[in-house]
Amino acid sequence: MSDARTRMIARAAREIAPGMVVNLGIGMPTQVVNHLASGIPVCLHTENGMTGVGPTLPPEQADRNLIDAGGAYVSTMPGSAFFDSATSFAMVRSGRLDLTMLGAFEVAANGDLANWKIPGKFSPGVGGGVELAQKARRVVVLTTHLDRAGKSKLKVKCTLPITAQACVARIFTDMAVIDVTADGFALIETAKGVSPEEVCAATDAPLILSHSPLPSF
Amino acid sequence: MRLPDKRCDIAAAVGRIKDGDTVMIGGFGVPGTPFTLIHTLVQHGARNLTVIKNDANEPDMGVDHLLRSGQVARLITTHLGLNSRAIEMMNSGAVAVEFNPQGILAERIRAGGSGLGGVLSDIGIGTELAKGKQVVEMQGKTYLVEPALRADVALIHADCVDTFGNLTYAATAQNFSPLMAMAAACVIVEAETVVLPGEIAANAVQTAGVFVDHVTQLENLTEEYAIVRR
Repeated sequence: MSDARTRMIARAAREIAPGMVVNLGIGMPTQVVNHLASGIPVCLHTENGMTGVGPTLPPEQADRNLIDAGGAYVSTMPGSAFFDSATSFAMVRSGRLDLTMLGAFEVAANGDLANWKIPGKFSPGVGGGVELAQKARRVVVLTTHLDRAGKSKLKVKCTLPITAQACVARIFTDMAVIDVTADGFALIETAKGVSPEEVCAATDAPLILSHSPLPSF
Repeated sequence: MRLPDKRCDIAAAVGRIKDGDTVMIGGFGVPGTPFTLIHTLVQHGARNLTVIKNDANEPDMGVDHLLRSGQVARLITTHLGLNSRAIEMMNSGAVAVEFNPQGILAERIRAGGSGLGGVLSDIGIGTELAKGKQVVEMQGKTYLVEPALRADVALIHADCVDTFGNLTYAATAQNFSPLMAMAAACVIVEAETVVLPGEIAANAVQTAGVFVDHVTQLENLTEEYAIVRR
């Protein structure tokens, strides 16, 4: 993994505050757990029916009945709980999640998120993504700034089917930290060695430059 | 007075499934998937099935055997990301797939098992997932109507069951199973351990035996139940 991506994930980990209940989406968000301060009081939730999700385990140490929603073998910790899928999503829909970190294909300047379907190319189903995006108290996105074709994932308007409307509060990319505000995207931080001008050039939507110089990560 | 004994031969229990039936199958990935009941259903051969399951397992595992044998006409699910064959069958039209948000699938099943007609939810409003759904105003808010789901048969994997059907699940093997066990006309349980009534403490029962029709003992756990090394 690129150095910039690792620093993005480490930066996103600072979003998690003591006392939070947090759901980490499949992919890069899952790796945020590796950058949390040891001993931080945080409760991780996974959609398939567990709170107090402990560290992932290699196959030789795994319990065959204990996985997270991404299929990784995880462990219990003191205070873990198991429950059925209705209870798991009751937690999500009723606002018990302080924070969720999700991946994205596109994010729009108004906070619309598209991360579940590319018509004709990728349609594995929506899973628990809609409920997380729509109902977690705070939704942040971890994504590369550009897609594989080099196009900006940060758009004026999503071109792909959206997962939820106006749900994203903050975006962590390998180039920048960007907030979604009432006036559109606001550049908050830049990755080391990346200038605000380079972030602007790599972003399809206008960027508000809140202050200067910006902190870097 | 004693509680009825519901132990049953697995082929006899699965033999009740008819062509055209709707079958709920517990499990989220490997944990909770009743692999032996699924194999028995493949051998039984009932066709034109509607299968309701969170996911389609992985190629050559679990529900994938039913897809490959052509027994599934329709799949009501949430995510097929780990099964490329299921996605190909969906794209070619070999299987009709209905995607539900995961918690909404759970609630539709819970409603079906609770004698309700459906639930009201705002999940998916403003997205293509809301297309075709009935909209209602209630207490000043807008909701989608999510109709209840019921099945002819539910196939459930338990960690331990007593002969009356009181049962427990292991860790994250619980997932959709307690909900599906309430929502089918006939509930067939495969269990790693079968015990006599009283051997599971009343406080520890996760699905009450009243919901269960047939109890079968797994003679061995096949490779499919084991740790997946990807």
